Amino acid sequence: MTALRNVWALVRKEWHHYFTSPIAWVLLTMWSFLEGIFFSATFYGYLDRSFATAQQAEFGMKMSLNDMVFNPVFQNMSVVALFMTPMLTMRLFAEEKRQGTMELLATSPLTDLQIVLGKFFAAVGLFAAMILVGFANLLLVWAYAPTPPEWRPIASGFLAVLLLGCALIALGLFVSTLTKNQIVAAVVTFSLTLGIWVLGWFDSPTAGPVMKFVSYFGITNHLEDMLRGVIDLKDIVFYLSFITFGLVLAHQSVESQRWRA
Amino acid sequence: MIDVQNLTKRYGRTTAVDGISFKVEKGEILGFLGPNGAGKTTTMRILTCYLPATDGTASVAGYDVFKSPLEVKKRVGYLPETPPLYPDMQVGEFLEFCARIKGVAPAQRAARLDEAIGKARVGDVRGKQIGRLSKGYRQRVGLAQAILHNPDVLILDEPTAGLDPKQILETRELIKGLAGDHTVILSTHILPEVAVTCGRVVIINKGRVVAEDTPDNLTHRLRGSAGLRVDVRGEAGPAEDALSRVAGVASVRALPGETGTASFAVEPVAGQDVRAELARALVGQGLDLLGLQQVGMSLEDVFIRLTTADVAEAPRPESAPEPEPPAAEVQP
Repeated sequence: MTALRNVWALVRKEWHHYFTSPIAWVLLTMWSFLEGIFFSATFYGYLDRSFATAQQAEFGMKMSLNDMVFNPVFQNMSVVALFMTPMLTMRLFAEEKRQGTMELLATSPLTDLQIVLGKFFAAVGLFAAMILVGFANLLLVWAYAPTPPEWRPIASGFLAVLLLGCALIALGLFVSTLTKNQIVAAVVTFSLTLGIWVLGWFDSPTAGPVMKFVSYFGITNHLEDMLRGVIDLKDIVFYLSFITFGLVLAHQSVESQRWRA
Repeated sequence: MIDVQNLTKRYGRTTAVDGISFKVEKGEILGFLGPNGAGKTTTMRILTCYLPATDGTASVAGYDVFKSPLEVKKRVGYLPETPPLYPDMQVGEFLEFCARIKGVAPAQRAARLDEAIGKARVGDVRGKQIGRLSKGYRQRVGLAQAILHNPDVLILDEPTAGLDPKQILETRELIKGLAGDHTVILSTHILPEVAVTCGRVVIINKGRVVAEDTPDNLTHRLRGSAGLRVDVRGEAGPAEDALSRVAGVASVRALPGETGTASFAVEPVAGQDVRAELARALVGQGLDLLGLQQVGMSLEDVFIRLTTADVAEAPRPESAPEPEPPAAEVQP
């Protein structure tokens, strides 16, 4: 009970920092802007193809809003998430250390785990808000589409992007514990993020066992099924273990810095 | 309330705190005195569970700082050397956040906030952003944060650093007012502060305790025999003769005095009060006695002596050099 209250107090504090500074507003606006652009572009592509299909029905393809609009938009946004989450996490610990406020947190009756979780959930909350606000762009589809899209693949797409974001936030949170400098935290997080993203590119039908293993860590590879509406336990397990691993590292790092100080 | 035994902290090869032991009783104000880098902050950080010690034990309010840090943290209010504040928060918001993480029950939160804000006198900046406050106000917000959860023990690292003289006086009054209900440790390198606010002083230097006593006793102990300053009207010669003839006087030394008066530093044999005899002897010689004062060594002198001499413990009274009365604090 107290543990929850403490985590909640920290979440509120982080939201205060996010929303009284431009960070949250910039991220929300830019995310929404990019999602709007990706949506327009894919949607025009979709319209072109539906004209083509209407004119030559025999060569036409099966038109699906889910497959041809929502899936690609979510996929694009998952790449945007790679760029934006480092900005969510860079200041979480670095700033506390630079300002000396880590001393306040560390001498208050909080556990290190509560501090780590408070910061994690605060960033996750803002990321979730970004996804929701960005999704407002896509609501237009419901207003005009003669047959509305299936909601289930959309929900699983949401889940996919959210899980990806949580994993990236856990990684960024750990990196932020290692430095006093926000920029260093952001650059390192961003490089690691891109690195594990590219690992996924090693996956190919001809890949050998080593390449298969390496590509398993590709952070967006586990999204594909979920974006199509298939929630596979092995993908969920991948993200949850990634998140846990990041949080454990962050916790260890916060704890050990006191011993080394 | 606070019990520190043999506390040691090493950073790599440097030893910041070297086997410190001391106790603080409930309601006491203990002054923690030492030059910069003596190990004051490190000791305080160990007591607040911010740093682990390398060796030794410490307990606060009956809880071991290593075994039950959460219990200790609930009972300790801590003001670090630089007040830990979020510049983007308003004073009221910040203190409310502190109340939450310090486990103040929601029902009491408003009352505790008002009390801490009142005591630390930050009511007029409650709605201001911390980043825009002056150094003095920041320090006070830091203090409000420390007393917010009504802790048994307050640990204040240089609470008056950077304040103007009026604020220093106010802060000292505030700290004195907190004693009794709270047990206070405050560190400082400003000596008058200790003499004015603290009931007891621990002087540390290079990580070791070099002296521990009340401010008065410390000066007494180091003063050796009580020095006296005698002012007489007229010529120095006859007065000096009269003074040196008094039984129990160890030495008489002429001091620069105003024109027409002669001043002497008289050192009696240890433990003897020769004031009455001195007065009688002078008056008996027909000399006008203008002043007779007992002179203590100031805390400054004690401090300098303890922290510059390479003595690991307080010097014995015999070895204490003669006091310099004119520069010294005067005790009536």
